[in-house]
Amino acid sequence: MTKNGILLEERSVVIPGETLAKGMDYLPGHGTHRVKEEVRSSLIGLLDVKGSVLKIIPLKGVYIPKEGDKVIGQVTEISHNSWNIEINAPLTGNMYIAEASKSYIESDADLSRYYDVGDYVYAEVISVGRDNFSKLRMKNRMFKKLEPGLIIKVSPVKVPRLIGKRGSMVKTLKEKTNCSLIVGQNGLIWVKGKKREDELLAAKAIKYVERNAHLSGLTEAVKQKIGEWKNGKNKK
Amino acid sequence: MAKTKNKRPDGRKPSEMRKIEMEAGVIPNAVGSARFKIGDTEAIVGVYGPRELHPRKIRLADQGLLQCNYDLMSFSVSDRKRPGPSRRDRELSLVSSNALSNLVFLDKYPTQVIDVFIQIPQADAGTRCAGICAASLALADAGIPMKGLAGSISAGAIGDTVVLDLTKEEEDWADGATDIPLTYSPKTGFITHLQLDGEISKKNLFKAIDMGVKAAEKIVDMQEKTLKEKYKGGAVE
Repeated sequence: MTKNGILLEERSVVIPGETLAKGMDYLPGHGTHRVKEEVRSSLIGLLDVKGSVLKIIPLKGVYIPKEGDKVIGQVTEISHNSWNIEINAPLTGNMYIAEASKSYIESDADLSRYYDVGDYVYAEVISVGRDNFSKLRMKNRMFKKLEPGLIIKVSPVKVPRLIGKRGSMVKTLKEKTNCSLIVGQNGLIWVKGKKREDELLAAKAIKYVERNAHLSGLTEAVKQKIGEWKNGKNKK
Repeated sequence: MAKTKNKRPDGRKPSEMRKIEMEAGVIPNAVGSARFKIGDTEAIVGVYGPRELHPRKIRLADQGLLQCNYDLMSFSVSDRKRPGPSRRDRELSLVSSNALSNLVFLDKYPTQVIDVFIQIPQADAGTRCAGICAASLALADAGIPMKGLAGSISAGAIGDTVVLDLTKEEEDWADGATDIPLTYSPKTGFITHLQLDGEISKKNLFKAIDMGVKAAEKIVDMQEKTLKEKYKGGAVE
């Protein structure tokens, strides 16, 4: 009963309230909490051990913004000095005029000339308040207004798989479908291809990754699947 | 209707629950959802959020709000129930919110709301308990941080016999039946909800609570098994 240490194997499925480790040798990280001598899970997810810190990789849930996240959002409202941007999080994000562009924007300028209501933008989260309210920035060359394309929504917890190790999955998808692709960490993905079929192929592949996010060797599987879909179409 | 000793109208033992079925992830559009069936009582729950809370004036600055919405559907009972929230529905929404708020880390979502919609498509007593059981499962399924799951069951007494999980027939017993719905969370060790409808002796009350707590533990075990089964290998939908 007094045995200390981790009680479960790494990567095992845990549920809220499950005891992960006993004793004071381990620290509770994201998705865990301490009850006296025990570290318990607070989420459904997979156990991840980083040194002496235990954390949970969530399997479900909404997007909670984090500082430094690169997200895709839609402009929903324009005030005299800022834009409200819906980023698929509990609260709508806000971007102040000074953070909106590399170039200088006059204080009395018509802001809809830069980003109008309904436009999709690629932006960075610069700060998150205690209540998960996020402030956004586009003051960098990599952030931009997105031209009309396909917006695909996936579960935010699946985004790391969609990016892959050092972006391997994104690279594969781009190469195999001939589309430009931007993945927002909030679960929105922008796809733009030369042909409509390419975009739909990319959408199909993204949904495939989302469905099979728990499998290993996914990048290879996706390559094969896209090949199959392309051949199947040519035969017809 | 004659009641033989220690036998109930449906042939159960005094400390026996009705047959339980449960399932997580039944509503694709919800963040988390669950279905819970005990005997002929069924509850379907959808969890949405955390999200922005309106109207603004009911926002809490230091923590989130867990808002339950209990709805007994009009066709769920034999006499058609008038649709829309009744006084009873509003009371049970509040009771369910209070029973579950204690289990969720609400301080992570200040000013926001977690909406829990409890629908009862079929009722045969114990609807609030079925609703809370389903809601606990759905909250976990929604990936909302919790201290643990909760089981809810009604214990009670028919005449002088302490029984578990009363049906509608038993609740309406001519000699007078007592109904004690309670919610218990084994991980925190708290009884987060306890109601009493009827009369009962002190001795029998403690016996009934004890019986309810044990049954709630069993329900939580089943919930945990259901979730583990669903997320086995990290698979979702």
